Amino acid sequence: MGKLFSKQTSILTRFIFKREWVKMIIWIGSIVGVTVAVAAAFTGLYSSEAERQGIAQTMDNPAMTAMLGPSVAIEDYTFGAMFSHEMLLFTAITVAIMNILMINRLTRLEEEENRLEIIQSLPVERNTYLFTSLLLAFGLNSALALLTSGSIGILNIESMDWNGSLLYGVTLGATGFLFACLTAVFAQISPSSRGTLGLSFFTLGFFYLLRAIGDVTAEWLSLLSPLGWVTRTETYVENKWLPILLIAIISLLFLFISFWLHAKRDMQDGFLPERKGRIEASSLLHHPLVFIFRLQRVTIFSWLIGLFILGVTYGSVLGELETFFESNDLLKELLTPDPEFSLVEQFLGILMSVIAIIGSIPPIMIMNRLYKEEKIGRNEWILTHNINRTKLFLSYLSLAIIVAVLSIFFSIIGLWIASVGLSTDPLGLDTLILSGFVYLPAMTVMLGLATLIIAFKPNILNSIWMYLSFSFIVVYLGSLLQFDDWLLALSPYGNIPKVPVEEISYSYLAILVGLSLLLYVVSLLQYQRRDLKG
Amino acid sequence: MSVIELADISKKFGKFTALDAVSFNVEEGEVFGFIGPNGAGKTTTLRILLGMIQATSGEAKIFGKDVWDEAIAIHKRIAYVPGDINLWDNLTGGEVIDFFLKMQGAYPSTKKEAMMKRFDFDPSKKCKNYSKGNKQKVALIAAFSSDADLYIFDEPTSGLDPLMEKVFQESVHELKRNGKSVLLSSHILSEVESLCDKVCIIREGRVIESGTLSDMRHLTRSTVRLSTRKEINDLSEWIGVHDVKKENDEWIFLIDSDKWNSFITRVSGFDVEKIESHPPTLEDLFMRHYQDDGGDLDG
Ligand SMILES: Nc1ncnc2c1ncn2[C@@H]1O[C@H](COP(=O)(O)OP(=O)(O)OP(=O)(O)O)[C@@H](O)[C@H]1O
Ligand SMILES: [Mg+2]
Repeated sequence: MGKLFSKQTSILTRFIFKREWVKMIIWIGSIVGVTVAVAAAFTGLYSSEAERQGIAQTMDNPAMTAMLGPSVAIEDYTFGAMFSHEMLLFTAITVAIMNILMINRLTRLEEEENRLEIIQSLPVERNTYLFTSLLLAFGLNSALALLTSGSIGILNIESMDWNGSLLYGVTLGATGFLFACLTAVFAQISPSSRGTLGLSFFTLGFFYLLRAIGDVTAEWLSLLSPLGWVTRTETYVENKWLPILLIAIISLLFLFISFWLHAKRDMQDGFLPERKGRIEASSLLHHPLVFIFRLQRVTIFSWLIGLFILGVTYGSVLGELETFFESNDLLKELLTPDPEFSLVEQFLGILMSVIAIIGSIPPIMIMNRLYKEEKIGRNEWILTHNINRTKLFLSYLSLAIIVAVLSIFFSIIGLWIASVGLSTDPLGLDTLILSGFVYLPAMTVMLGLATLIIAFKPNILNSIWMYLSFSFIVVYLGSLLQFDDWLLALSPYGNIPKVPVEEISYSYLAILVGLSLLLYVVSLLQYQRRDLKG
Repeated sequence: MSVIELADISKKFGKFTALDAVSFNVEEGEVFGFIGPNGAGKTTTLRILLGMIQATSGEAKIFGKDVWDEAIAIHKRIAYVPGDINLWDNLTGGEVIDFFLKMQGAYPSTKKEAMMKRFDFDPSKKCKNYSKGNKQKVALIAAFSSDADLYIFDEPTSGLDPLMEKVFQESVHELKRNGKSVLLSSHILSEVESLCDKVCIIREGRVIESGTLSDMRHLTRSTVRLSTRKEINDLSEWIGVHDVKKENDEWIFLIDSDKWNSFITRVSGFDVEKIESHPPTLEDLFMRHYQDDGGDLDG
């Protein structure tokens, strides 16, 4: 393997850190910030034990288990139990995303954009760059772990002791490093950085769904997923460190695999084949909409399939929920304030809000591509042909809107199929369609914000993802913590009526649609006048 | 002593053969030109030499060391400038140059300031704001400021303006004066012609010509312009004469380099008014090999 720690390693480490520290601080700052804020908010919101037990009742059902993991201390739902149950898994997923993006950016993207070549011509071992990247990931995750543990611990909340806080932080850091190592493996296998991201996110999603199904139906499935191990630390309840050991071992395994594969391949090469393309453009390719679709079709199809699978998973969980509900008469009494609707129908709105937010990712990615293409100078070239900015902009926008519609549609179909297949009293397709498509105006507003950034301040393109994450937090925590309406209104998804339980407010939806149109028009006008970047 | 020894190097990408038994040597103190049409395999060869990709078969050595197994020892003594340069958006040119020099253990470099001045380079801008040529300067300045024994350039001047190209050429001359070795892959034939002692022409992964320029010229034909007071009728039948054309009372043709003697003897009988001869330029040599059928100069 050669010498891993050398003078060059330390120069390289400082060099990469210099490029990355701003991003690192933003990530760690947001994750630690949200964690601390929620921990602090919990104490204010549920000060009495009775209130916490009330929440515990609403948490203890298959739908919530699928979303958050098993609730291990329902009988004694302390602050700590509640906090780790509601926060640990999703924070761990966020940390995993941070690591996937970072390792891909540092390794495969660097290689693809030819920057690694010149570094590799310097006197460094062939694997030093990979090693340094993982070293930095390790440092980042360690810092995150310590900061999280420290800042929760220092709040000194009852039932959240230092041992638990330490485990909480370490679980996040360890999960993050596991995904860093996994991404490093995919970076060797895949021939491109897009491929690396695709494989990594697919695996993350797969682990999440595997755990969801496992937690609800067969536990051994969850034990196959690292995200299943995360919740099995039972932080603040039993504080089990065994899953951490398992995560550490598997991380090391992935680490060695990535080094081994790295040594076996050429620069710019992968183990998965690159397909040969067609020699001539299909006759449709001349239309910009088709051209843009062609550029991104793999991404689009992958997302649609992913959303379909998400729908199927949620659908099957809803089926479980029903059985659970029927077998428990007491709960039935307790939890159905509105006897008109089944428990399933009450959960439908929450599921749809999650689906809508995840479904907003592909349309925004499509729209952002407009700027990415511009930055590498390709739009400049396209625009010298028989196409103007308006047409280019509208083509991207139309494709994004079409994909937004398809995103909802595919997840609904998934939900419906699972529901029909598994349930004695399946959800009606009309209810499903209505409950899903009420979110479309929120999605188009989000898309409008993306266009606004592209038109006015494209160098902060990534802030749209921050806002989407924020929206997710608001909606996710909002349904758990029963946020006020004004807080929910900070996100376009927050106040969308939960069909069928809530009445549809058409005027509110109309306002959102109007706002979307306004955003598109303003963005387009500015996009037509501003300088092209590149 | 040979600085670079390349023996029967082949490289396959899947089924595609990018290099087929490529061999050449670069001697110490030599400036070696490496030319060939697009996709010929130049960059692939250089990447093998730099230990970035592994040859399918054959042996490649730099300073007598295996390019794959002893890459680090080799890299301590070489400087490389790629043709397709991408830098780190949020760092300045100055930071990147220092980084390269530090990695090579050549920091602080006494030559850096002079080189920046010579290339008229502003190191304070962020890399994302540099133009193509200025990005290339970053890599060139880092390379010329380092204290390497072998310099490898892959189309280093494709983005430089003519003035800067001249600066580049001067800098290479200076390396040569200091006894350094240089491997230069380039599409600018005049640059290769004026800088290089030896040239290797590669095409479709095979070396088709290699040697000093004068050697190569010997093997080929010079262009001759001739006008005589006595009329010549059968010029195209003369020994060693090819491709005869007539332009305003002037004959233009090619002549085999080893047939000059008999030609001069014979032509002197025709009362020569003017005779001009040009040795083939590298471009002529190149064009000859560039074309599939081995050259239409054969006529
Ligand atoms: N990783 C790879 N996989 C498959 N084929 C490759 C790969 N790298 C290079 N090739 C092919 O090998 C051949 C030689 O490429 P190379 O980059 O060495 O050419 P070059 O002589 O540098 O050309 P240019 O003058 O255009 O820079 C080309 O046909 C190229 O398509
Ligand atoms: Mg090349």
